[in-house]
Amino acid sequence: MNAVYLVFGIIIPYAALFIFVVGLVYRIVRWASSPVPFRIPTTCGQQKSLPWIKSKKIENPYNNAGVIGRMALEVLVFRSLLRNTKTELRRGIQKLVYKDSKLLWLGAFVFHWSLLIILLRHLRLFVEPVPAFVISLQRLDGLFQIMLPTLYITDILIVLALGYLLLRRMAGAQLRYISLFSDYFAVLLLLGIALSGIFMRYIFRVDLVSVKELALGVLSFHPSIPAAGIGLAFYVHLFLVCTLFAYFPFSKLVHMAGVFLSPTRNLANNSRMRRHINPWNYPVKVHTYQEWEDEFREHMKDAGLPLEKE
Amino acid sequence: MYDKGKIIAGIVIFLILITFPIWYLTAHSQTSHVPQLQAAAGNECVESTSYMLDNHMKLLDEWRTLVVRDGNDTYVASNGQEWNISLTGTCLSCHNKAEFCDQCHTYEGVTLNCWSCHFAGY
Ligand code: HEC
Ligand code: HEC
Ligand code: HEC
Ligand code: HEM
Repeated sequence: MNAVYLVFGIIIPYAALFIFVVGLVYRIVRWASSPVPFRIPTTCGQQKSLPWIKSKKIENPYNNAGVIGRMALEVLVFRSLLRNTKTELRRGIQKLVYKDSKLLWLGAFVFHWSLLIILLRHLRLFVEPVPAFVISLQRLDGLFQIMLPTLYITDILIVLALGYLLLRRMAGAQLRYISLFSDYFAVLLLLGIALSGIFMRYIFRVDLVSVKELALGVLSFHPSIPAAGIGLAFYVHLFLVCTLFAYFPFSKLVHMAGVFLSPTRNLANNSRMRRHINPWNYPVKVHTYQEWEDEFREHMKDAGLPLEKE
Repeated sequence: MYDKGKIIAGIVIFLILITFPIWYLTAHSQTSHVPQLQAAAGNECVESTSYMLDNHMKLLDEWRTLVVRDGNDTYVASNGQEWNISLTGTCLSCHNKAEFCDQCHTYEGVTLNCWSCHFAGY
């Protein structure tokens, strides 16, 4: 029995963390090795040109500050998702209609921020002494002070958001058609992690002192399975988390790192100010008119053709 | 690799963030710290020790409901023993708040608001 705990409590978590870190760094280096020969920013506003034409600094950035501003807004509030539109065939009028669809933005926003807050709150299990910001965050999240253990707002929100993101894929015919196994797997895995965590908190409670003992052991590289033992619910939660971490670098979830390397987001639209040289350019042999004229000068003179240089 | 400087800076920031718990633990060198609980008076808790360890807050919730909603201030434990329901009067008659409850809660980063109303001059 002890060997099973060793595998699920120590070996798999180490392996998953290793795959996560090495895999992510590998993916970043791979991306960085692909040349981006010209600027392909998506521009949604007036480009910087003449001084008296007002330009959009963030919609169409021309310098690093603009790019950083656009990237920060993209990463923190998913700004481009606000432009999401939906195409629908209206039976009554027999026409395709395009309309705004902000619900996806809301679902993604609520999910990602809940995830971040939950992960930061989890730090109380991984570090000793518990930093003050974790306690403040926990207080804020448990603002309603209902139920014991205290109900966290983010627990409700993450389940609602993931539920919406899952149903969205299943409800519409077009989206269902383009959804692949990996699309469902990522959402279901995250939902499984959140639900197993919530079940562990309210129904199958485990001894958090032993959990923290295990976590501190693993993180300080002196791992040991706590003598008191930890409930099965914890190992279920931990295994799902390890699955997520190990799956991460191979899946579409790498967009966590990829968003920073998207050429349409991270390039300044300065093609008219700076010359960008294609990195794989080789010197092209050219034959200019002047050279051509030099070559055929005599023949041209004989034929009475006009010459640029006598 | 293109934009080497920026890519390496990004990777380094990512590695520092993800290994934050490791740095933090090393800096505070408290990796093997476990709460040293003061022994309780009496020889048995309200319910079995392992149940209390995992579920004491659920028991307190039950107690509160019994008193506040049902007006019943006696709790019959699973072994048939009767307890007078009182957070301060019963729990704290055997356990020391600072040396027992608080120790554990500080370790786990749990903040209770119970004591702002339930006060027994500890
Ligand atoms: C062995 C460690 C330990 C001891 C001793 C302990 N607690 Fe706890 N207690 C915990 C942990 C861990 C939690 C957090 C549970 C969670 O967040 O899921 C908790 C949570 C609680 C909560 C719910 C807090 C909330 O808002 O979620 C209450 C109430 C509580 N404890 C009361 C007490 C009282 C009263 C005592 C002393 C008689 C006590 N505890 C002793 C570990 C302990
Ligand atoms: C806003 C003040 C307040 C807070 C905060 C509070 N309580 Fe109470 N509690 C009361 C009052 C008032 C009663 C009713 C006392 C009575 O009827 O005798 C009560 C009754 C109880 C009882 C049953 C009677 C007793 O004296 O123990 C329990 C158990 C209890 N609360 C647990 C808790 C726990 C656990 C917490 C923290 C999570 C908590 N309470 C937070 C005000 C509070
Ligand atoms: C009659 C005295 C007594 C009362 C009353 C009592 N306890 Fe206990 N409690 C004990 C003893 C004895 C233990 C067992 C310690 C051990 O096994 O090492 C214990 C264990 C615990 C533990 C597990 C801590 C550990 O060391 O594993 C918690 C948590 C706890 N009690 C909370 C409470 C709470 C909350 C209340 C009020 C609802 C309460 N106790 C009431 C005597 C009592
Ligand atoms: C992607 C990473 C993870 C996610 C999304 C996640 C999610 C959750 C959620 C939603 C809860 C419900 C309670 C709460 O919000 O605090 C929870 C609880 C819990 N998680 Fe995780 N978790 C993750 C990683 C981990 C890891 C690595 C551990 C290992 C130590 C862990 C251990 C726990 C424990 C012990 C609880 C119960 C906490 C309590 O009872 O208060 N989680 N988790």
